[in-house]
Amino acid sequence: MTRGPDARIGGDLLTIEGLTKAYPGVVANDDVSFTIRQGEVHALLGENGAGKSTLVKMIYGLVRPDAGRMTLRGTGYAPATPHEARGSGVAMVFQHFSLFEALDVAENVALGMENPPAMGQLAARIREVSEAYGLPLDPLRLVGDLSAGERQRVEIVRCLLQDPKLLIMDEPTSVLTPQEVGILFETLRKLASEGTAILYISHKLEEIRTLCDTATILRLGKKVATCDPRETSARQMAELMVGQTLQTPTRDAGTPGAVVLALKDLSVRSSNPFGTTLKKVTVEVRAGEVLGIGGVAGNGQDELLAALSGEARAPSGAVSLNGTAIGHLGPNARRSLGVLTAPEERLGHAAAPDMSLTENALLTGAIRENLVSSGFLKWRATEDFAKRIITAFDVRTPGPGHAARSLSGGNLQKFVIGREILQRPTVLVVNQPTWGVDAAAAAAIRQAILDLAEGGAAVIVISQDLDELMEVSDRFAALNEGRLSEPRPAKGLTVDEIGLMMGGAHDMEVAHVAE
Amino acid sequence: MIRLERRREPSRLWSYVTPVLAVIATMIAGGLMFAALGKDPFEVIRTIFWDPVLGEFAFYYRGQLLIKAGPLILIAIGLSLGFRAGIWNIGAEGQYIIGAICGAAVGLAFYPMDARWLIFPLMILAGAVGGFLWAMIPAILKTRFNTNEILVSLLLVYVAEQLLASMALGALRNPEGSGFPGSRNLRRYESSANTELFEGTGMHWGVVAAFIAVIFAYILLNRHMLGYQIRLTGQAPRAARFAGVRPNLLVVFCLGASGALAGLAGMFEVAGPAGQVSIDFNVGYGFTAIIVAFLGRLHPVGILLAGLLMALTYIGGEAAQSTLGLPAAAIQAFQGMLLFFLLAVDMLTNYRFRFGKREVA
Repeated sequence: MTRGPDARIGGDLLTIEGLTKAYPGVVANDDVSFTIRQGEVHALLGENGAGKSTLVKMIYGLVRPDAGRMTLRGTGYAPATPHEARGSGVAMVFQHFSLFEALDVAENVALGMENPPAMGQLAARIREVSEAYGLPLDPLRLVGDLSAGERQRVEIVRCLLQDPKLLIMDEPTSVLTPQEVGILFETLRKLASEGTAILYISHKLEEIRTLCDTATILRLGKKVATCDPRETSARQMAELMVGQTLQTPTRDAGTPGAVVLALKDLSVRSSNPFGTTLKKVTVEVRAGEVLGIGGVAGNGQDELLAALSGEARAPSGAVSLNGTAIGHLGPNARRSLGVLTAPEERLGHAAAPDMSLTENALLTGAIRENLVSSGFLKWRATEDFAKRIITAFDVRTPGPGHAARSLSGGNLQKFVIGREILQRPTVLVVNQPTWGVDAAAAAAIRQAILDLAEGGAAVIVISQDLDELMEVSDRFAALNEGRLSEPRPAKGLTVDEIGLMMGGAHDMEVAHVAE
Repeated sequence: MIRLERRREPSRLWSYVTPVLAVIATMIAGGLMFAALGKDPFEVIRTIFWDPVLGEFAFYYRGQLLIKAGPLILIAIGLSLGFRAGIWNIGAEGQYIIGAICGAAVGLAFYPMDARWLIFPLMILAGAVGGFLWAMIPAILKTRFNTNEILVSLLLVYVAEQLLASMALGALRNPEGSGFPGSRNLRRYESSANTELFEGTGMHWGVVAAFIAVIFAYILLNRHMLGYQIRLTGQAPRAARFAGVRPNLLVVFCLGASGALAGLAGMFEVAGPAGQVSIDFNVGYGFTAIIVAFLGRLHPVGILLAGLLMALTYIGGEAAQSTLGLPAAAIQAFQGMLLFFLLAVDMLTNYRFRFGKREVA
């Protein structure tokens, strides 16, 4: 166990050369090459959409590459199916588990095996393996009764029983508690010490620095670097993820007006057990300014939107609008005061998929557009409102009577953003305004956001697209594990500084202590 | 190769065509089953669907039709509100029983006073309140402790049945009934009788209440904010919270409304067609109404039609048993087929068939 990394890392296990995969309109992987050695924990790092998933799907035989080749232990490797990949000693634990809740652990393991042994024997093997690797697991318990961490163990044990040479783990800690993360890391280290290579996909920098021997960083489908994470700072890696192509902000900060929205020590526990708790978020937004909030996904973006929309309640003084405390108010009370929001998830959160555009216009427009009189709905007025959104924001649809889910992502997003903007908000908060939206629609949405700020509204744009944030923001701040960094004027921010704000969880922690 | 493809949005045409298609498919499959049993399929189907409405003895059956359909529609309308919002009240049978007990108790308390103007409205109120309160048990347990309303409401049916037996044998037993279980006959007591409004039509106050419920539900769902919130919660719960819907309030409203309507149905039944509180008073209207609600696509007008259709298969089924000697199980299988085909063809509103080879992605 105490051997150094160099002693356990052996020769080349899997060599990837020039792997390329294109989908219509996007190149998911562009000429990616790197090598995984025996017994090493190799991180694959990148932002959402950087091409990590496509790459591992090619290794696991789920997707066939357009070009390039792979070599596994000196021989050509081109798996056509996951079955073939498993046969060659490549196993994968997915982010979303494929387990049957009504079956017990041993039965679930047997279902994923090529030639499962007799149940009694299998149960004994599961006990043996799970104890050997510090993953306590009772083979006779129902999977439905297990925690997310325990379910992940079932998947890992299933892989281990097949004695893999390469174990791929897709964002394994996203569903784990800190204690479970510790156990998982112990297991992975032990596995590596026995010669199994691990390809570890994540965007959590600190984790990678603790666990991994090598890191390959992807950005926009291309490999940007391979480095030793223990000798590279989290900040440097964040910079590599963000890339050097980042455009410096182009927007001149206007003369900001009075403070409209103020958050003071806003702490909100997430309603999702694996969500991020907001920790003392403090920030002020002034009339006529756009505050851009960056950060890697899952660092509190959804929770911040919920705390602002009123879906999550806060102590009343933690959120105030023009000096009035509104933290205790629900979504509709906030809407009537002019705080409007557009969540990230279009279908199911911002809009009801099977309802018509008219009905979806009512969803947030009921109060400010005066679409209800003493409880009764004014359908004519609601339809007019939907038509106004469609015209003003160039939503491509045959008419307001069509279901939200029949629209393309870009068109529905224009509808959702347009619905809020047309209600003349005092404060507008949008999360991922152009996620999965085509370029033309994205440009139109950004312009609309800028025009709104021009007109005197206070706007918060939460996004993972830094280029977008640099284009629209007057000031920039980053969310990191539920904490919001001090906002800084976007103009003049260097890539260095942005990397520090986004990735430097550790550095920021130190700064907090020093205060 | 035939495969299913999801439509971009539900087809409006197919949502109207599918119920008709299901009835036709049921007649064909049912006809084959009746033929296999050695009966003339055309005669059986005529006996079930035609004779009760337009046959020789239709004057008798027609009244039965509304008597059976009334409570089914009244209960199903209430249930459909909750079902639309994803709130599953499975215990309408229990709320029906409690409504009947409460309504009857009020009527019997005034016996033999002669004041219909006071007693009958009070009974109606008591029936609705009884059903409402019985439904509040799962509602409060759900909002307070997040219990499952399906289990709680269902189990309360069995509690209600025990309560019914105890009432029929104890507190509400007819003091002049020479010790037999069962209450006084409310239909023979002027002030409490839920009489037919037009001789021989089966049209009693409960049927009137059912029609009013259909109209109210239609307006609520299509024209009122509360109805919109109910639909939104059922279709996209997260969007509903975003729109400011308070889920707990909706749980209380939906369970309360369905409980009150089921209680009303029970009260009208005990004061009318059934006549008295007896051990075997409930005959499963509360459970059959669940089928009616889905048969009617949770739409008020659909439920009205489905309630009538369901009542028809019951009455026609009984007629077919007595005149053609069909086993009761065959009639139940026939009713099962109807539900089966309805749910099966329902898929066509959201999917369509594609013929030919699948394109290689």
